[in-house]
Amino acid sequence: MAKVPVQFTLNGSEKAEFIDSGTTLLNALRDKIGDTSPKGGCHQGTCGACSVIVDGELRLSCLTLAETCNGASITTTSGLADGGVLHTLQRAFLDTFATQCGFCSPGMIIAAKVLLDHTPNPSREEVVEALSGNICRCTGYEPIIQAVLTAARSNSQNAA
Amino acid sequence: MELRKNYFADVRKDDLHEIGQPRARLDSPGHVTGKTAYFADRNFPGMLHLKMVRSPHHHARIRSIDTSDAEKHPGVLKILTARDVPHNVYTILILIQVGPEDETVLADGKVRWKGEAVVAVLAETERAAQEAAAKVKVDYEVLPAVLDMEEALKPGAPIVNEYHGQNYYLYDSGECRKVRFGDVEAGFAGADHILEQSYQSSPIEHAPTETTGCVVVPEPNDRFTCYTNTQAMFFTLDNSSIILQMPGSKLHFVGGTVGGGFGGKVDVIVEPIAILGAKLTGRPVSFIYSREEEMQISSPRAAEKVIIKDGVMKDGRIVARKVTGYTDAGAYSRHSPYGAQKGAAHYPGPYTIPNVWIDTYCVYTNRTPSSAMRGFGVTIGDFALEVQMDKLARLIGMDPLEFRFINAYRDGDMKAHRQPTEGAALIECMQEASRAANWPVAEKYMAMSSYAKGA
Repeated sequence: MAKVPVQFTLNGSEKAEFIDSGTTLLNALRDKIGDTSPKGGCHQGTCGACSVIVDGELRLSCLTLAETCNGASITTTSGLADGGVLHTLQRAFLDTFATQCGFCSPGMIIAAKVLLDHTPNPSREEVVEALSGNICRCTGYEPIIQAVLTAARSNSQNAA
Repeated sequence: MELRKNYFADVRKDDLHEIGQPRARLDSPGHVTGKTAYFADRNFPGMLHLKMVRSPHHHARIRSIDTSDAEKHPGVLKILTARDVPHNVYTILILIQVGPEDETVLADGKVRWKGEAVVAVLAETERAAQEAAAKVKVDYEVLPAVLDMEEALKPGAPIVNEYHGQNYYLYDSGECRKVRFGDVEAGFAGADHILEQSYQSSPIEHAPTETTGCVVVPEPNDRFTCYTNTQAMFFTLDNSSIILQMPGSKLHFVGGTVGGGFGGKVDVIVEPIAILGAKLTGRPVSFIYSREEEMQISSPRAAEKVIIKDGVMKDGRIVARKVTGYTDAGAYSRHSPYGAQKGAAHYPGPYTIPNVWIDTYCVYTNRTPSSAMRGFGVTIGDFALEVQMDKLARLIGMDPLEFRFINAYRDGDMKAHRQPTEGAALIECMQEASRAANWPVAEKYMAMSSYAKGA
């Protein structure tokens, strides 16, 4: 099968790979690049575990063809910490016990980051809406909602 | 969180310095940074992908299997059928002497539920495996299916599973697990009211976000490393050892990180066939359920039907309870004989009833095999019997919480399955619930204790 080249920036680093045409961004990231932080929970765009940020927008990497991301800037949960310092959202997810099995956590954190990037002080309703594409089967969602609200408060306190 | 240390203060020895304190989970830093390694995060050079050809019928005889076109499909390395599996008929609980072996790893001559694994295809890519699986031709003779527990128990019903010979699990106590305590008919005869109600539930899927699967690597020392998300590591290792007729020392299982289980990952389903594929090809093998397989193929919580007949006095005492419980195992036992047995011990609930009669049946139907899920065997029963408790209270015009105080078990009470009650705390829990929910009960109930009657 003919391979196609893809080149993009992942968490600030240049990446280039030859892939089979039709490979999803999820499979390219996990199997080719080796970033396994996006998870494959359904491969049909319903669970949100594969969420990544492509050029500032929230995307389901299982429904995104890798070859459409040429030249794009991609962010995943594995790139959020600054050295050993966790991102505010990661810290908040730890502090509010917003992870249990952890499988949805990378996608949740990415969806929450896109929300806070656009809406730094969201209402609870806005948080619920922003996470509505991400399925969690363990927590019952409440600790996750609290984590995002906690992170938003923490950001605004740091900014003040 | 508030701790009430006044309860049982005289017998408490702990100082509860951990309970009530937040403690960071050891696995959370990996979860929030995406560094936690789930089984599917392992990728190995030359890894093959396994896809299953599954039965489209609830019940059918397999006349023939033709894999010739599938074998020619580009990228296909190996195709497995029942005759490739060293010990093809197994049952999980054989490890604790609960037989008979009644389930096939790959169907042999017959399929007993829609979705049953028939042929395994191993190919270079997931896509090639999927395409080749579609080229496997299985000629079926469709047989009458039985999809309802009560139909399955009628004389003349199609036999679902020949390894049992009848459509129920044969316990040492006979066609059902039985509890007999006191004289239930005398209890009914002396009761002021009798209430008989029927409750039933549908199968429930756990739907973990991470689907069931494993990755197997053949090692140079003739061992196989199996990265798995099983919730039952040693059950899986030992059953794999039996199915593959391979000493356990050849199997190195790596697990512990599970992306949601809830009981749905305690069956032994993906590992043996993936290890066999790795053995026969010498290549790493990945077998991961699609979301569709997770929802349709993996075991759900069993459907249950519970019929409860209670005799109750006007003063609130339950004097007799008769329960018939049916657990729909689907086509194979897995953990259901155990689940149905748990129900037998559980149906009196946390209540002391002097006359009890319980029959619980584990029934075979041509439905997806059911298995473990959070409190299986008692969860649906709890729903049934607590709804029944509310109905009984309403029947005699009594407050439902006070009604439960009257019947609550206390230390020293003999339970119907003849285990004396020890360490009961139901009274105290209900007293606290009464306060927390602002649902006041009469002072005499707030003065009760689990320690002794009349206290």
